[in-house]
Amino acid sequence: MTEYVGKPIPRYDGIGHVTGRTTFVDDIHLPGMLYIKVLLSPVHKGIIRHLDVSAAERMPGVAGVITAKDVPGKNAYGLIPDQPVFTPEHIRYKGERIAAVAAVDEDTAMEALEKIKLEIEEQTPVFDPFEAMQPDAPLVRPEGNVWVFNSGTTRKIRLGDVEEGFKQADYIIEGTYTNSTNDHAPMEPQVSVAYIDETDRLAIHTVSQDLYFHLGMLSAIFNLPMNKIRYIGGTVGGGFGAKNDIHCDHVAGLMALKIRKPVKYRLTRHEEMLYTTKRGPWTFEFKDGVKKDGRIVARKVRTIHDTGAYSGMGPYVVDKNAILVAGPFAIPNIWIDGICVYTNKPPASSMRGFGIINGTSAEQLQMNRIAEAIGMDPWEIRFINAWRDGDIGATQFTVVAAGLIEAMKRAAELAGVELPERLKAMSSRGR
Amino acid sequence: MKKRGIGISCNTHPAGLKGGGDPSQALIRVKLDGTLDLVIGAVDIGQGCKTILRQIAAEELSVPLEAITLSNFDTDIGLMCTGTFASRVTFIDGNAVIRAARDLKDKIKRFVGSQLGVEPEQLEMADNRVFVRDNPEKGMSMAAIGAAANWGGAILVGTGAFTPGAGQDFDPETGKMTAIASLAFGACVAEVEVDTETGVVDVLKLVQVYEIGRAINPLLCKGQINGGSMMGISFALTENLFPYYPAVDFAPETFSDYILTTAADMPKEMIYDIVEVPHPNGPYGAKGFSEMTASAAPPAILSAIHDAIGVWITDYPATPEVILRALEAKSTS
Repeated sequence: MTEYVGKPIPRYDGIGHVTGRTTFVDDIHLPGMLYIKVLLSPVHKGIIRHLDVSAAERMPGVAGVITAKDVPGKNAYGLIPDQPVFTPEHIRYKGERIAAVAAVDEDTAMEALEKIKLEIEEQTPVFDPFEAMQPDAPLVRPEGNVWVFNSGTTRKIRLGDVEEGFKQADYIIEGTYTNSTNDHAPMEPQVSVAYIDETDRLAIHTVSQDLYFHLGMLSAIFNLPMNKIRYIGGTVGGGFGAKNDIHCDHVAGLMALKIRKPVKYRLTRHEEMLYTTKRGPWTFEFKDGVKKDGRIVARKVRTIHDTGAYSGMGPYVVDKNAILVAGPFAIPNIWIDGICVYTNKPPASSMRGFGIINGTSAEQLQMNRIAEAIGMDPWEIRFINAWRDGDIGATQFTVVAAGLIEAMKRAAELAGVELPERLKAMSSRGR
Repeated sequence: MKKRGIGISCNTHPAGLKGGGDPSQALIRVKLDGTLDLVIGAVDIGQGCKTILRQIAAEELSVPLEAITLSNFDTDIGLMCTGTFASRVTFIDGNAVIRAARDLKDKIKRFVGSQLGVEPEQLEMADNRVFVRDNPEKGMSMAAIGAAANWGGAILVGTGAFTPGAGQDFDPETGKMTAIASLAFGACVAEVEVDTETGVVDVLKLVQVYEIGRAINPLLCKGQINGGSMMGISFALTENLFPYYPAVDFAPETFSDYILTTAADMPKEMIYDIVEVPHPNGPYGAKGFSEMTASAAPPAILSAIHDAIGVWITDYPATPEVILRALEAKSTS
């Protein structure tokens, strides 16, 4: 018996949140605090030929302007650190940061942005990942438009022999699925407050979901040891993966280091929706070999992920998707090729369900189309193929504490579906 | 005309980073009056990790929930945590808290043993006190322990860290990568009504069951299921930043054209349940599950649309425009 575990205990900070007592980052107001706005690229692709911020710097009410030249450390961040805080030259997506202004208020900062002289040589962008994969496509990145894994230009998963599996199959069923680009839309938009504290350290109030993950990146950008940054957070007004990437802390921190005054940088909903990291689009091409009795004997999947202009967590999410895209089913022959393609869009990165929601949606639609094609009940095909304890997944992991059959039985019961006795007799404990 | 249909789906979700190698730490210290500070590194993004990690600590130490203060607020004090993502905090930070609590329990027993002149092995911890197993009258309350330790020049701190395993990479030829912290499972039945004149899809009913090892807090699980379903519904039906993908034209800029499911759009019938197949490595058997609540509904809804109007929407979300174009293509083919 447990006293607390398993009990519906109300949230520790729930009342604070709903009564407005919780201090979120945008609730912080410091004496003399300045406000940041950022000049974002108006074009999807191009080269900065001329950038002059002097008129903005001279404007009354402006405390400072920063560009790529003001990054003391590494002007790159991300899980695969290839995105600049401020782009020094190449523009790869509309909304890329070019310069930031700190002023007495946001309106003044906006006015100062207008005074920045910017000349961009516009170039032809590419938006379609299939087009971007072609050898003559415009280059999003100098190293090429397709990410190179340790297995080459695709993440290769090979279990058994898929072609042999197709030979054993009574049916071959194919399907292609595409999902859209999504915004996390947390209630609390991206925001950061930064200042130099009483011990001469850089203090940052953050909305980060991952303090230590981002502390490492910020340490590299600022060229400061971790103990010279006081990174304050821990309570966030919704993340959904949007706050697995830095959107404001690097800009606010660089500005505070330069002007040594407290600053706040917050995105408008418009900026957040259009120019931050996204749940990127995917296309899934399935080919399944199925026996008359409903057993899936071969599954071949090609996945194409459009990761936008920087790596973000793109290659990572292709990997994660590849592990489970074949579904929670015991399939002896699996072949997966995962492709991560750059296009001139905002970087795709993590969002709730991170590669799994995308794969599950396609794979489960495919399951229902298989059921239709072979004339089998969609519950039955799932029960027949469902993982049991000890089954092996696509990447050769062993399934432990399987529970799919138990979940399906209960769902059928709650939905008023009378399952045949042979399905009710099944268990995840064995076949 | 309004047409109804039913569709089903099932799903699975792993906890933690692919390939493992994503540790977390926890620390618990005894204050002067015997109350406790639990220090973690995980961020609470609304999922409620502050709540469940306190529950786990209170359970392990047999102290009242109210005795535990949780702190996670900065990188001076807060401990290392790989991050709040990948449905990992319950599984991984939960295990770190268990280890910290057990470490503290050992230290408290040793301290009390020295105070009472008994072997630590003879002591039990329950009901906010430590006492001799065979003579329960003989013991010390947590308040007495806190005072005696702190004023006596001792410090009682328990620490714990947990990683699901060393990080692995894929084998380049086969993709072999065997690390997976836990797998949770789900099943969903959706019932929809499609208006063939307007193309609007109304989700009437969602039945969802998740197998999550152990629900540490069923109330927060319900929150995940409700919130995840909302995201799943609009993933299937409305949310699209590039409606004419791969073209980037006509991108929405506000919530009036980027359509999220709201409370008003939720199905009238939301039926859910949790089943539990405990995971051998999970805290109290728990698996990570929060993200998967968004993944179950979309394919069930899209399949229910097929059941209703006889077309497979394979390029989603199934917005009214997509539905009407699909119906038009069906009637002309």
